Amino acid sequence: MSTVSETTHDSAVAMSAPPSSDDGLSRAELARKYGLTQSGARPSLPEYVRQLWDRRHFIRAFSSAKLTAQYSQAKLGQVWQVVTPLLNALVYYLIFGLLIGTSRGVEDYVPFLVTGVFIFTFTQSSVMAGTRAVSGNLGLVRALHFPRACLPISFCLMQLQQLLFSMGVLVLILLGYGQVPTWSWLLAIPALVLQFVFNTGLAMVMARLGSKTPDLAQLMPFIMRTWMYASGVMFSIDVILKEKAVPAFVHVLLDCNPAVVFIDLMRFALIDSFTSDKLPPHVWPLAVGWALVMGVVGFVYFWKAEERYGRG
Amino acid sequence: MAEQEDAVQTADGNRVPTVIADDLHIVYRVYGTGAGKGSATAALNRIIRRKPSGGVREVHAVKGVSFTAYRGESIGLIGSNGSGKSTLLKAVAGLLPAERGRVYSHGQPSLLGVNAALMNDLTGEKNVVLGGLAMGMSREQVRERYQGIVDFSGINEKGDFISLPMRTYSSGMAARLRFSIAAAKDHDVLMIDEALATGDRAFQKRSEARIRELRKEAGTVFLVSHNNKSIRDTCDRVLWLERGELLMDGPTDEVIKAYEKESGK
Repeated sequence: MSTVSETTHDSAVAMSAPPSSDDGLSRAELARKYGLTQSGARPSLPEYVRQLWDRRHFIRAFSSAKLTAQYSQAKLGQVWQVVTPLLNALVYYLIFGLLIGTSRGVEDYVPFLVTGVFIFTFTQSSVMAGTRAVSGNLGLVRALHFPRACLPISFCLMQLQQLLFSMGVLVLILLGYGQVPTWSWLLAIPALVLQFVFNTGLAMVMARLGSKTPDLAQLMPFIMRTWMYASGVMFSIDVILKEKAVPAFVHVLLDCNPAVVFIDLMRFALIDSFTSDKLPPHVWPLAVGWALVMGVVGFVYFWKAEERYGRG
Repeated sequence: MAEQEDAVQTADGNRVPTVIADDLHIVYRVYGTGAGKGSATAALNRIIRRKPSGGVREVHAVKGVSFTAYRGESIGLIGSNGSGKSTLLKAVAGLLPAERGRVYSHGQPSLLGVNAALMNDLTGEKNVVLGGLAMGMSREQVRERYQGIVDFSGINEKGDFISLPMRTYSSGMAARLRFSIAAAKDHDVLMIDEALATGDRAFQKRSEARIRELRKEAGTVFLVSHNNKSIRDTCDRVLWLERGELLMDGPTDEVIKAYEKESGK
């Protein structure tokens, strides 16, 4: 196949390819004959999953590298991993617990509050990191080829590692407030796994939206704050709604809120006074459902735009 | 397919194509051009009137380019600035969508540009490991090749720089490390967009040797450069692009001679 375009240069000479059986083929036929694929085409879903599985070490290494780099510019360094969630809980305790007094009607308020803050922060920071997962790593996306879903997954994994630090702090607080470890603490593990899957799905949706519209990163803090106040992080929704006439469907909506589901599951697992009658109805099926639906929907939605990330 | 994997030619004497561009057209859309005011009210006004922001300009960067690249070839791309060389490579790498026409490639072509930053907040060491893993190397392969990559980049020649965050590197050092990471893998198709220009002489020598090695491993290498000497040293075929059109495609000496005559060197 020699290619000399129409040109005024007489010196243009065709490449001296030896005559071969390929000469008669058009370019598309030639490509098919040698199994060439179209550049930048999206892989099929099973193929994509396989590629992603091949990059599992990258995902793990990337998330821990990012985690350690996070505070590398701070003097206290990794101490911030533990101090940041503690300060966060302290602020909410001062404002809501002491000033506004939402602790009324809630037993073991401090464990209740800290659990809520940590668990919601897990989802919140996963969503925020997801929004910037592609748009904030364009250099990497444009330089190397890898399934882009690695990025939101890595960032969620990083948030999970971060949460494990927070959970360590939480256990100390629980012990300090006289909670005794029981078998029910083990329920925290499936609850965390389900929440991680949910977060990752949501982060992948946000990553695709954020890659198209970087403005979302400015908007998300407000949406997340609204979500937090609707999720009973620093007060008990049941106590607040008790005296008010609220339509039943609002109750149902509030109970289906995935943040409420995951927060209450964790409180149920860890705090003795948070008994099963305080859980929303059908809480485990709801948790599994949210995780599965969000995980699958998020993954497929992200994959659908795989060939378009980092372009332009 | 298996018996073709490593041979430059098939049994019946045909050369194995690795990249085929078929009447490729690429159109860029550039937003925010024009004389529109950059203020917030102007932006709001545009959104309300549903007008595309500040006038969209279309740039027809590549106009109907066709070529077939074969295994074991090293192809130089020349042309004046803005002639569409980098755009063409981006399309081959699958980073820019084609407006019309198609690009077919064998495996996943890798593009190495000048401004492709890796992870600036991480150390050079982490960048090597993560870059390798991201390209699909196994942990063992990364471990094996790690020292080779660092030595090749020459980052540690003037002290222990590899354990510093990449944001502290000079632009030349960063470019060298990026090239070393990308070149560590055996690519079917590797495209180098002026990435060598930032390195010093010794590094350029090493990279040219590595390019020849990659070709021997039956890969195809594309090289964009304004340095005709480095094209002469490494390439056996040259594409000359001008205003998005393929002006000439042929053996290095002929095309460069015509190019130099035209550009008055």
